[in-house]
Amino acid sequence: MSLAETKSAVTQQLMESLQKQAPKIAFIPDAEIVSAIRQLEEKGIPNNKHEDYKYCNIEACIRREFKSVEQSFQSLGIEDIAAYKIDEAINLVVLNGAYSAELSEKVIAKGISIKSLNDISGKEKDLIASQAKSFSDSLIALNTVFCNNGLFFKVEKNNAIPMPVHIIYINNTDKPSLSNSRSFIHIETGSELTLIESFVNAGTGKVFSNYVSEKLLDENAKLTCYTFQNEGAASYSVHTNSVKVNRYANYSNTTLTLSGELVRNNHNVELAASNCEAHLNGLFLTKGTQLVDNHTLIDHQMPNCESNELYKGIASGKSSGTFNGKIFVRKDAQKTNAYQSSKNILLSDDATINTKPQLEIYADDVKCSHGTSTGKIDTDALFYLKARGIGEESARKLLLQAFAEEVIEKIEVESLKERILQLFEKTL
Amino acid sequence: MITIKNLHASVDGKEILRGINLEVKAGEVHAIMGPNGSGKSTLSSVLAGREDYEVTEGEVTFNGKNLLELSTEDRAREGLFLAFQYPIEIPGVSNINFLRTALNEIRHYHGQEEIPAKDFLALVKEKQKLVELDVKLTNRSVNEGFSGGEKKRNEIFQMAMLNPKLAILDETDSGLDIDALRIVAQGVNTLKSKENATILITHYQRLLDYIVPDYVHILYKGRIVKSGGKELALELEAKGYDEIKKEFEIAE
Repeated sequence: MSLAETKSAVTQQLMESLQKQAPKIAFIPDAEIVSAIRQLEEKGIPNNKHEDYKYCNIEACIRREFKSVEQSFQSLGIEDIAAYKIDEAINLVVLNGAYSAELSEKVIAKGISIKSLNDISGKEKDLIASQAKSFSDSLIALNTVFCNNGLFFKVEKNNAIPMPVHIIYINNTDKPSLSNSRSFIHIETGSELTLIESFVNAGTGKVFSNYVSEKLLDENAKLTCYTFQNEGAASYSVHTNSVKVNRYANYSNTTLTLSGELVRNNHNVELAASNCEAHLNGLFLTKGTQLVDNHTLIDHQMPNCESNELYKGIASGKSSGTFNGKIFVRKDAQKTNAYQSSKNILLSDDATINTKPQLEIYADDVKCSHGTSTGKIDTDALFYLKARGIGEESARKLLLQAFAEEVIEKIEVESLKERILQLFEKTL
Repeated sequence: MITIKNLHASVDGKEILRGINLEVKAGEVHAIMGPNGSGKSTLSSVLAGREDYEVTEGEVTFNGKNLLELSTEDRAREGLFLAFQYPIEIPGVSNINFLRTALNEIRHYHGQEEIPAKDFLALVKEKQKLVELDVKLTNRSVNEGFSGGEKKRNEIFQMAMLNPKLAILDETDSGLDIDALRIVAQGVNTLKSKENATILITHYQRLLDYIVPDYVHILYKGRIVKSGGKELALELEAKGYDEIKKEFEIAE
């Protein structure tokens, strides 16, 4: 069997099993769906031959873990959600890929509009798939063809939302299933929002979750995002976050990955106008045979924009972690400031870290820098702590917490920070 | 307190300590002096349990226990304290959190309850004064961005907090100006009692003007070649290490 045939076989089989239950999608333009189908037929689900998926073979994962896709999704009650909620936030629920108004809290804040994607207006429809393009990635294409009734969330012009909004993406299945969640977050001119997106898995069955979220920041908008991934050992997920940032707008994302057998993050940020900024931070902790692969792409298109990236990883057991940070500085993007840093700690001889900065600069008046380091735990520091009576295990914990602190301190939602710290300590 | 018998140690196959004998009793202050490369820092590292060094021969008894069999942390919990020549910076770990963890692990080892937060803070406040350590520094990350003098004072502050039985001060005077030296020495002198002991490891006699030793030992090429009272340090200062070198090259 040739390579091309193997590739299409996995994709073909997957598409067939999904098609049986797939609802008709009315909120994505037909042309985009056609393009998505073409992408899947031509390129298939990516494997390690694909440069961007070199360390994250999605095709092999699906072939191995999802021989049969049963789409055996189960509903959940309010009480099942309680533990995942964040008290100080407005909690919204996307269950098995679909927005659930019943499980979500009523929103009383002025200026927020929440709809399921099935209910959006013609004007809003034009936005969908404007950033996450199927031709750029087969997983976006897969989501485009099979996504369910997702969430459309908007903050209307000139509203600073005083409390965080928390979207809980939760899957509940008892047999191997594949979910395709979709959301669109629109922050209109002059508005501000803190958004927490939690990803959890309540069921006993394996889930492959293929999330696509598009985020649009209009002029002078501010969106502070936290991506909190704790889906457990039975989950395999790809998170595509396609963001467009306009003039004077400020986007930040802190991605915290604590569990999940396979987690692939694609953060694509377009700095589409002058004087805007993006801050991407990440912390991942991998154990056992886990694989966490962070890909970021910051596209500086216009002048006077700034981007900052700080990713940290701790890998133990036979796990592996990746940080691949692409920065484009286009010809017009003069006076760009772009910084990138990736630091990692390997706790075992069998763990792997792949880190790759990728800067493509076409403008001549820019400041760009990147740095990366991967090493073992600092033995001098360890000795110093032990020489004060602190045991090996506590000393290691202290040092790893200190290492993670630089990312964790960026969390401005107190209860989320506490939850992360607790989970972090437990997972170490 | 501590008895060192015929201690040999090497690093990367190279023998650095070649038969050290030393006994330190409670209430005593011993100074170990010697030229660069004589093995002073190796001795302190070996006693504290640094893994880079291999003990090839000899024994060390600390409070009746075989010190060399204890882990680094257990040595500290038994009451051995090493003030580092080069204190390590640990970004992200606050001094306070570090000390509370250390103190509680030591207490736990001795079957004691954790120290109540209020008592701990009172203790911090009291001991801080002893070495005139800025309150801001105790809340910062361990040694991060500290000046040389602040780092050394922080070592003595930690010593005051942990209240060890035996303190080994490894070149604590190096890099200190006269004021910092006076503060550090005053701290050490205040902490001195009949129940504890101090080993000062130093290259210069200067420190011994401030902390007066009961015994002075001269370390050369991995052995203690001469021992005496505090006057030995003055003699050494007057003659310089070259005399010692000559004397013992010949003897060898």
